[in-house]
Amino acid sequence: MKVLMFGWEFPPHISGGLGTACYGLTKALLKCGVELIFVVPKAYGDEKPGSIKLVNASDVAINVQDEIFKEYVDHISFVEVDSTLVPYADDEQYYHIMESIEKGVTFEKGPVTSQKFNFSGGYGKNLMEEVKRYAMLALEVARQHDFDLIHAHDWLTYMAGKEAKRISGKPLIVHMHATEYDRSGENMNTLVFDIEKAGMEAADVVIAVSNMTRNTVIQRHGIDPGKVITVHNGVEPSEKELDTDIPRHLDEKIVTFLGRITYQKGPEYFIEAAYKVLQRDENIRFVMAGSGDMLPKMIRRVARLGIANKFHFTGFLKGDDVDKMFGMSDVYVMPSVSEPFGISPLEAMRSNVPVIISKQSGVAEVLQHAIKVDFWDIDAMADAIYALTHYQGLPSIFKKHGKEEVDNIKWDQAGVKVKEIYEKFLS
Amino acid sequence: MKSICFYFQVHQPFRLKTYRFFEIGNDHNYFDEYANRYMIRQLAEKCYLPANQILLDLIKKHKKDFRVAFSISGMAIEQFEMYAPEVLDSFKKLAKTGQVEFLAETYNHGLSSLKSKKEFSRQVKMHETKIQSLFGVKPGAFRNTELIYNDDISKLVFGLGYNTILTEGPKHILGWKSPNLLYCSAANPKVKLLMKNFQMSDDIAFKFSVKEWSEWPLTAEKYAGWLKALDPKTEVVNLFMDYETFGQNQSQKSGIFDFLLNLPKEVLKNSDFTFQTPSQVSRNLQPASPLHVPYPISWADEERDITAWLGNEMQNEAFNKLFDLEPLVAKCNDDKILNDWNRLQTSDHFYYMSTKWFSEGVVKTRISPYNSPYDAFINYMNVLVDFEIRVKKYCSQKKSRSSANRAENAKPGSGTIAETSTKTAGKKTPAKGKKS
Repeated sequence: MKVLMFGWEFPPHISGGLGTACYGLTKALLKCGVELIFVVPKAYGDEKPGSIKLVNASDVAINVQDEIFKEYVDHISFVEVDSTLVPYADDEQYYHIMESIEKGVTFEKGPVTSQKFNFSGGYGKNLMEEVKRYAMLALEVARQHDFDLIHAHDWLTYMAGKEAKRISGKPLIVHMHATEYDRSGENMNTLVFDIEKAGMEAADVVIAVSNMTRNTVIQRHGIDPGKVITVHNGVEPSEKELDTDIPRHLDEKIVTFLGRITYQKGPEYFIEAAYKVLQRDENIRFVMAGSGDMLPKMIRRVARLGIANKFHFTGFLKGDDVDKMFGMSDVYVMPSVSEPFGISPLEAMRSNVPVIISKQSGVAEVLQHAIKVDFWDIDAMADAIYALTHYQGLPSIFKKHGKEEVDNIKWDQAGVKVKEIYEKFLS
Repeated sequence: MKSICFYFQVHQPFRLKTYRFFEIGNDHNYFDEYANRYMIRQLAEKCYLPANQILLDLIKKHKKDFRVAFSISGMAIEQFEMYAPEVLDSFKKLAKTGQVEFLAETYNHGLSSLKSKKEFSRQVKMHETKIQSLFGVKPGAFRNTELIYNDDISKLVFGLGYNTILTEGPKHILGWKSPNLLYCSAANPKVKLLMKNFQMSDDIAFKFSVKEWSEWPLTAEKYAGWLKALDPKTEVVNLFMDYETFGQNQSQKSGIFDFLLNLPKEVLKNSDFTFQTPSQVSRNLQPASPLHVPYPISWADEERDITAWLGNEMQNEAFNKLFDLEPLVAKCNDDKILNDWNRLQTSDHFYYMSTKWFSEGVVKTRISPYNSPYDAFINYMNVLVDFEIRVKKYCSQKKSRSSANRAENAKPGSGTIAETSTKTAGKKTPAKGKKS
């Protein structure tokens, strides 16, 4: 069984959950004996694909005179994506985005009839343009390779999947990791929404990462419920040993929010809950780690509430600092307004940190040993924070069972389920 | 006889280093030694040393007809002592001529005048002592941080023994009145006020090298001509500016040093002006009228108010949280804590948190070491929280020490004995604390 898979990023060059999820799923599929051709817009050369065949779209040459490209060559339009709507941009990515905006997407002149494109592979201002070019190159990739099925991850690759289906006639599976509705609420980018909808309509099966996401695409995008199947994400077992020697210099309990500070993640509810807790007990510290477009507003809110000596901001945290942050934390809170899955609470649990998660998250469907609250219910959130920091029995129960629970949420199960979906088409 | 009253501000803050949340409770060194040293060395060579030399030459040349005044913050003095002692030496040379006045201000260039009478007095006294020990003269006139002034401050300052205050001469206070006269405080008419002529000051401090300015290039001759053409009733022209105007804000290439060198000659030659110090002006002139200043004014921005330091919720939060610690710090007998307390009050830290620069058309006179006011706030709060922890720890240890002492000395001893035993106990307790 050979699958042509379209992704946008591959470890180590990832900036969000998408690359990690693709990596986990592909590894599990390989274990099940599925052969994969994984296409990314830009390969950096230091990926660890293992036995996955990694195709770098920037290396694919196309014959622009070919009839099948005609539609693209004639209709490439230069649509800029509003930068605030770029899905996974963080501090580290920002540099690359600026770089790609400066350079633009460049034509590399090959032989007279053959042309290559350089992709930034990021989430810059030319995102929409790159998505379209990626789709064009998908046609060529599909022509050059043999495969039985097509599997495309998130809207960025849906056009590519559609094109590959058009030229090969093979079944298309699209995987929904995060919808535009999750990212932006009612203020959706309609261009992105339309691509999502068209991709799912063209697909033979839609895989959603949670029941919540399944409901979203059925209700918001109007997709036929009969072809939407939920496959919960897994979590990669940690490669490194848990560092238990992280120094703690503060006497108080620490309650942490860690993630992009954007609408989707619900940072303001965390602040309001913190304020409520601090009125009861001043000996707790709150940390908001990460950066995002709502950071300035959050800082001002904290200042206005007069709790800035108890509520701290760290800015964007990189690898080691993330571990350090978990190591210092006593409670982890994920108050997401809409989280298709949500891997970060699992990482916290693996570091023995009890978690409070919003009911509006996919991960709430699979976790037992977590406190679940509605994202808007700051009273319940404050109550849970107070309980976890004051009633000793509670955190110890969470610590005891949480780690075990996380270790059992494996990609292998997801891999088996996805393979079953593949097999339906081949039998 | 008309006077020109030159006053130059010399101040550099102790800039904070990037202080991460992770360091709270662990790292108690807050300041960016490299950046501070670099800044002081740069300014010493580009500005302070060459400008001081020019002033010294001018005093030798023009004798009693040329005088200037300086206000040097304790923060600048400390950094000169650490990084550029030759700058202090050159100021001492100027002091020896007897024609340079050194003004009083808050030692830490802070904003305590707006918050705490007690801390403000402490700062002014500390600065007074420092200036006297360096230059051998007690200051005779006062200028507050950023020329911040209102009626309440005039009363505070008078209480500290000063009857001359330098401040801004903003339009919304002076109205039709001229800044070129001496005034007095309506709250206490014994306090004389020197109002900055901001137009003529800014021509030198801000506009000098602006090529788009219709008067560019500005020469000493032209400037002397403007002075001559002023209203005949003019008694004093107060030219107040940052000393960094010479060589830093206006580069050496702009010709600012030539301007400074030639101005006295041109002025003395062609007009009836002489150069006088603030104390002389205050002594020699009669106040034209009292001035009411109910709300604080300063020399910043178009508004000439205090919103550059205390204008948004971040600045207010940081400032309030800082001064919440004042009663606790007062109990601390620890040099490092008191030093940090001084340095954390410096107005620049709050200036860096200002969001006023987001709107265009504001002249930003000082460069912030931060990417954004938000970064400035986060960094400052991280440091402040560590400081808070230290202060509270110190106070609680002190409490336990003194109760331990009471238990030890069941019989009440004399004050000095109790004090010495507190000190010895103080040395023991932190060592125990480290082990646990």
